[in-house]
Amino acid sequence: MQSTWTLLSWGPEGWLDDIAYGAFITVSLALATLPLGLLVGFFVALAKQSSEPTLRLAGNIYTTIFRGLPELLTLFLVYFGAQIGFQSLIKLFRPDAAMDVNSFIAGMVALGVVLSSYASEVFLSAFRAIPHGQYEGGYSIGLSKGQTMRLVVLPQLIRIALPGLANLWLVLLLNTALVSAIGLSDILRQAGIAARVTREPFLFFGVAVLFYLALAVLSSYGIRAIERAVDERSPR
Amino acid sequence: MSTAAREAVDLDLPPRVNRGWPRERIVGTILVALWAVAGLCLVAYLVAAWNPELFWRWAPAYLAGLWTTLSLCAISLVLGAVLSVPVAYGRMSGNRLLSSLAYGFVYFFRGTPLIAQTFLIYYGLGSFRPQLEMVGLWSFFREAWYCAILAFTLNTAAYQAEILRGAIQAVPRGQWEGAASLGLHKLQTLWKVVLPQALIVALRPYGNEVVLMIKSSAVVALITVLDLMGQTRLAFSRSFDYQTYIWAGVIYLAMVEVLRHGTEWIERRITRHLKR
Repeated sequence: MQSTWTLLSWGPEGWLDDIAYGAFITVSLALATLPLGLLVGFFVALAKQSSEPTLRLAGNIYTTIFRGLPELLTLFLVYFGAQIGFQSLIKLFRPDAAMDVNSFIAGMVALGVVLSSYASEVFLSAFRAIPHGQYEGGYSIGLSKGQTMRLVVLPQLIRIALPGLANLWLVLLLNTALVSAIGLSDILRQAGIAARVTREPFLFFGVAVLFYLALAVLSSYGIRAIERAVDERSPR
Repeated sequence: MSTAAREAVDLDLPPRVNRGWPRERIVGTILVALWAVAGLCLVAYLVAAWNPELFWRWAPAYLAGLWTTLSLCAISLVLGAVLSVPVAYGRMSGNRLLSSLAYGFVYFFRGTPLIAQTFLIYYGLGSFRPQLEMVGLWSFFREAWYCAILAFTLNTAAYQAEILRGAIQAVPRGQWEGAASLGLHKLQTLWKVVLPQALIVALRPYGNEVVLMIKSSAVVALITVLDLMGQTRLAFSRSFDYQTYIWAGVIYLAMVEVLRHGTEWIERRITRHLKR
């Protein structure tokens, strides 16, 4: 029976380095998903606040589907769907070939569509908070539609949407734990391996939970710094 | 409708605006058409992949799984609601110790993934088997079902405590003062004046919490509970037929939509007196 401190040390004896590597994977997955989800979410929100009914309908269908499915199911649908889809595509050309879907990419896509459907709601309510006069003012000084959006509306939109988006980041961090189910070596999976090998499940799952807690605390410091920076730049 | 009536309606209507085909309308129509094609493809796929043997083998299992999901969520939500009351009280209390304890509880369960909490309880507490056997609780923690209920109850209690606190604090202070000046006791004020107003605020977040619970309850499939997701995984691993996941998606989506529209209906109904 090894002591707890040896198990938690850094190096070949201990497991801390493995779990820290898992934390690296978790954070990079979340960081890779964030821009994808925000960008898609912004365009979906743009469609949903449009005066064109067909665009609104298309946007609403997107949100309804990806907000309604459980994240775990979305993940499996993407992962196995891509696997089966690519496999049958490849069989057309080379019948004996086999391929695996990268679970990082699958996780990125699945978490990205979920994030984007929630982000679109945040952006939508921010759009509604911006008075129509802002657009009219932009047009009246000769800006084009795209310029008005980029130079006038977007800076205000981001400031209004920031608290909601910060919340989505924290939810995203929690949701990344699901990718351990499709075999990506994130915090939870690494802790699970350590727990099985050493037969100390409480210790290692406890450490995993503490890692997530530390990430949440760190994020809230980062979020506060960003909010302060945005506040300083905003006109009074 | 008679011609005269139709003419009257036509006269009342504003003139029809010719929308034309601006870029937005073209893009929107293409996107809606894409969704329609995707929906048709899904139906076509399900028809082409229709396999009565598979269906009749797994349909009862899916129904049992659905029942497991629903009962797991219902039990956890009710127990969590009960537990959320003291937590919300602690969060709002002036006592430093009480409020920091409640804050720690809420922060812990909202700051870590539900799946990690579930693993910690189901696998983690196995480390204390001798101790748990000594106090006779091992038969409880041995069962994945009870562990899932415990984890979900604690998790949803943390979220519901925040909903309850937010809703109570959204009621203006004047309501408390007004009731106090009428000589109402604090508990009476809470029950008869504050809570009815707070619940209107809380209805939507509560509805969201139920939806979130149903969605996140899918993770119990990973600790061997055969809920809807668990049965789906089982069916997929036996048959390698992708439609097993599609069916699960359809069922989850239907459940969530029914709940969402139900909440909206209740909200419309209980805020009727606020509409002008």
